[in-house]
Amino acid sequence: MQIYIQLIWAYLKIGIFGFGGGYAMLSLVQKAVVEPGWISETMFTDIVAISQMTPGPIGINSATYIGFVAPGSVNPALQGIVWGLLGSCLATLAVTVPSFFLVLYSSHFIRQHSESGAIKAIFSGLRPVVVGLIASAAIMLMNAANFNPNGIKWQLWTNIAICVAAFCLVYFPIRLGKKTIKLHPIWIIIAAGAAGYIIYGI
Amino acid sequence: MTKETDINTHSPSGDSYWALFSTFFKIGVFTFGGGWAMISIIEREIVDKHHWIEREDFLDLLAISQSLPGILAVNIATAIGDKIRGGKGSVVASLGTILPSFLIILAIAIFLTPDTIKNNHTISSIFMGIRPAVVALIVAPVISSAKAAKLKLRTVWIPFVVALMISLDMGTVSSPILYIVLGAIGGFFFWWYPKHKNDKKTHKNRQS
Repeated sequence: MQIYIQLIWAYLKIGIFGFGGGYAMLSLVQKAVVEPGWISETMFTDIVAISQMTPGPIGINSATYIGFVAPGSVNPALQGIVWGLLGSCLATLAVTVPSFFLVLYSSHFIRQHSESGAIKAIFSGLRPVVVGLIASAAIMLMNAANFNPNGIKWQLWTNIAICVAAFCLVYFPIRLGKKTIKLHPIWIIIAAGAAGYIIYGI
Repeated sequence: MTKETDINTHSPSGDSYWALFSTFFKIGVFTFGGGWAMISIIEREIVDKHHWIEREDFLDLLAISQSLPGILAVNIATAIGDKIRGGKGSVVASLGTILPSFLIILAIAIFLTPDTIKNNHTISSIFMGIRPAVVALIVAPVISSAKAAKLKLRTVWIPFVVALMISLDMGTVSSPILYIVLGAIGGFFFWWYPKHKNDKKTHKNRQS
């Protein structure tokens, strides 16, 4: 049973000290779960790979997965769905609860002082920075892993074409007769997945 | 009129907790590649479709979400849920974001081994198509947020410098937190300093 308390404690710490989103948090997760021997290095690598391949934030995916696997790997008596489910729930809750309250309290504080000149001034300074943050996220994803994982030239150009097409579809409204519609990003993801299957899968 | 209509006029279109939950559940299902990737979908759903918040406020909530620790996607959901529907709204929105990935991973952990997913040709080919599209879905909000931020000649260089420094990935100098702190200090200073100077001036004038 000790493993559950350790899991909660480890994931609370990750939730409190994990700045900068999922990828930045992974090194913290690795330290917390691989070093005490809850999960092997290869299992951790597998879990990260699957967390990237499934929808949802990587931090949540890996917490759910590790919470499920860790109890059974530490204590064989805790193998099985119920024990795993308990670990999943605890780890996922522990990693989200600290930031949940931090976000809640800071946004309440900011709303209470929303008429203050200082808060308005601070946010006017933050807005251009946030634009830069989103841009940096986009730039950092323009890498070989996303565009050319197999190092094949025609695949690189195909993926660039998918990216450009996706941008045009999400950004520019389409005119259908008299109506103009903006395509929902969800349809673009579905279409891109279908394109990937047709081009690379068959 | 009744209290109910008050709430409805406060934020238009069906804003029940269920609408909030289902919207963020949808966002959770289609978030591939981290919190930034969900911005396009959130923008479309929360700002364009439901008109729950203004684009400018959305930027402010992103700033709060990014400057606090924790999982970005959940932080964004918490901040937006709270803005729309208070404390309960933030619980509902966060649960909506978390639940899809929780259920999918649970299903994988129970029924499959890591190798069956990792070496599955169909899944990896689908993802080869999705990944470049996700990059496009992050480029689009760069433009719309730049418009919403109402950049002026004095501030238009900031996004470029921030994006460049962070994507160079040079340790502390490339930490997003650093630029959030600098932006906050800069914004405060440019508001406080002219005021401060004027105060001194009027003080002097009074003395003479």
